[in-house]
Amino acid sequence: MSELNFLPLSGIVVVILGFALRFNPLLVVTCAGVVTGWAVGLDFLTILETFGEKFLNSRQLASFLLLLPVIAILERYGLQQHAKSWIASIKGATTARIMSVYFVVRECSAALGLINLAGQPQTVRPLLAPMALGAASNLHGDLPKPVKDLISAHAAACDNIAVFFGEDIFIAFGAVLLMDAFLRENGITGIEPLHIGLWAIPTAIAALIVHLFRLARLEAKIRAQVALHAEQSQSDAQSSAVREELA
Amino acid sequence: MSAMRSTVDAQPALLSIENIYLLIGFVVLFLVIKTLQDKRHPKRLTTALFWGLFGSVFLFGDLSLTYLGESLTYRWVGVFVILIAVLAGMGKVSMGHYDMPSEEEQTTSARKIGNKLFIPAVLIPIVTVICTIVLKDIQIGSLFVFDQSHVTLAALTLACTIALLVSWKFTGGSPVQALGESRRLVDSIGWAAILPQMLAMLGGVFIVANTGTAIQELVTLFVSPDNRFMLVVIYCVGMALFTMVMGNAFAAFPVMTAGIAVPFLIQGHGASAAPLVAIGMYSGYCGTLMTPMAANFNIVPAALLDLKDKYQVIKVQIPTALSLLAINILLMYGVIFND
Repeated sequence: MSELNFLPLSGIVVVILGFALRFNPLLVVTCAGVVTGWAVGLDFLTILETFGEKFLNSRQLASFLLLLPVIAILERYGLQQHAKSWIASIKGATTARIMSVYFVVRECSAALGLINLAGQPQTVRPLLAPMALGAASNLHGDLPKPVKDLISAHAAACDNIAVFFGEDIFIAFGAVLLMDAFLRENGITGIEPLHIGLWAIPTAIAALIVHLFRLARLEAKIRAQVALHAEQSQSDAQSSAVREELA
Repeated sequence: MSAMRSTVDAQPALLSIENIYLLIGFVVLFLVIKTLQDKRHPKRLTTALFWGLFGSVFLFGDLSLTYLGESLTYRWVGVFVILIAVLAGMGKVSMGHYDMPSEEEQTTSARKIGNKLFIPAVLIPIVTVICTIVLKDIQIGSLFVFDQSHVTLAALTLACTIALLVSWKFTGGSPVQALGESRRLVDSIGWAAILPQMLAMLGGVFIVANTGTAIQELVTLFVSPDNRFMLVVIYCVGMALFTMVMGNAFAAFPVMTAGIAVPFLIQGHGASAAPLVAIGMYSGYCGTLMTPMAANFNIVPAALLDLKDKYQVIKVQIPTALSLLAINILLMYGVIFND
């Protein structure tokens, strides 16, 4: 076995450092490309041509730009408001149920390509987290900060997991097109994006089952944590009462 | 690589890939003009330049390939890409100023239009799938409607056009207005819109630099190329770990797939490619759930939701991510081998 050559891995170091130092990702990625090319002894023109060739050949990744005018015009005429009032009309809401419904709707709509219909700033902060918190405080009264944080973090996780494991089913999504382009570049032919999208379905279903199971157990966890904090604050109150008596 | 492309590329089509790139180019050009007209934009000229450079690659890329040749075209595109990165890196790209109707006006219009607001959004995936599966071979005379080697993308383009016309009918907002409105969304996505293409580019450099081979050599130190199960484990876990480092499964994918999946699994053991890449990418997504490098998904929400612990979203996601990684490994091992 010949001696290992680690120079081609130098770009990875640049990426780690760049992200750790919070530089703009576009700049970090470009620098990592230049450093990797330079480390393996490519001249600058070759690096430049590689950049140009790959950027040009992956232009299909920008096709989501064609979706935005439709979403933008619908938003202007109240798509988000309508989605809000539609979700709010669902009755019998508990934290776990609201999140489970959101998870299913989000994963299915992502699978249909509606990735921009929701998201952390658009739906989780103004809609999902407040609804989940509201449902919990209906049941348990005022929530201590750690319980609030737990619920909010779950709301954020819900959106991430649902959209990640739904989106690859949609055949025009960037990841699927990237995989398609990769296979073509590597001379593996005869695979349409549709095949890749179909093979995303089993994991998508597994994600649905695993996460809905965890959400089902969340309700009990919230109850336990609320009880724990009530107990703690009670014993805190008792001990402070004792202290007052002593004083 | 162009020699490897199949001969159907040559068949003329109405929605050819070149025409779609031109269309994207015109959409971006429209956004640039709108940005230049936005007098209250804090970084009007540099933001316009950023998108102008990006749009030029779409407007003039194929033209330049035809008339200037590959080498020269790749060079100017490379220069543009570096300029784009520098503009974004110096923070010269920002949101502009947009006239959005008030919350009440939107609610009123939402109430008036009702569920019809959902129709255009739902039409996009439905039309795309129908065209991809049923209508992909239709011809007008000898002219194909959809580019035969990019059917999905051509179908998506048609679907967006139809959805745009339908939303025009339901909302009264014209397609030109829709294009102008999309600037708000494009600007809020900002430089991140270009990141996937940049990461594909970095992946390309990694391929030229044989980074995959370096990883491949690393892998052979740890595992025998005959052990199918361990190869699947290394590929899936490697995708997750490398994604955690890069913050993005798109960046990890070309390297890990070229380094492990293609030589050991596809060429070595005849694994079928479609489930391999689909499940491999999803293994990478398990990594995305567990890393602060994926800031937009894991760190920004913690700030938005005012969490005390900025890693709490990641902590909540870890059990699901690890379960799914294990499931992916078993699933991949179960389905990719045909013999």
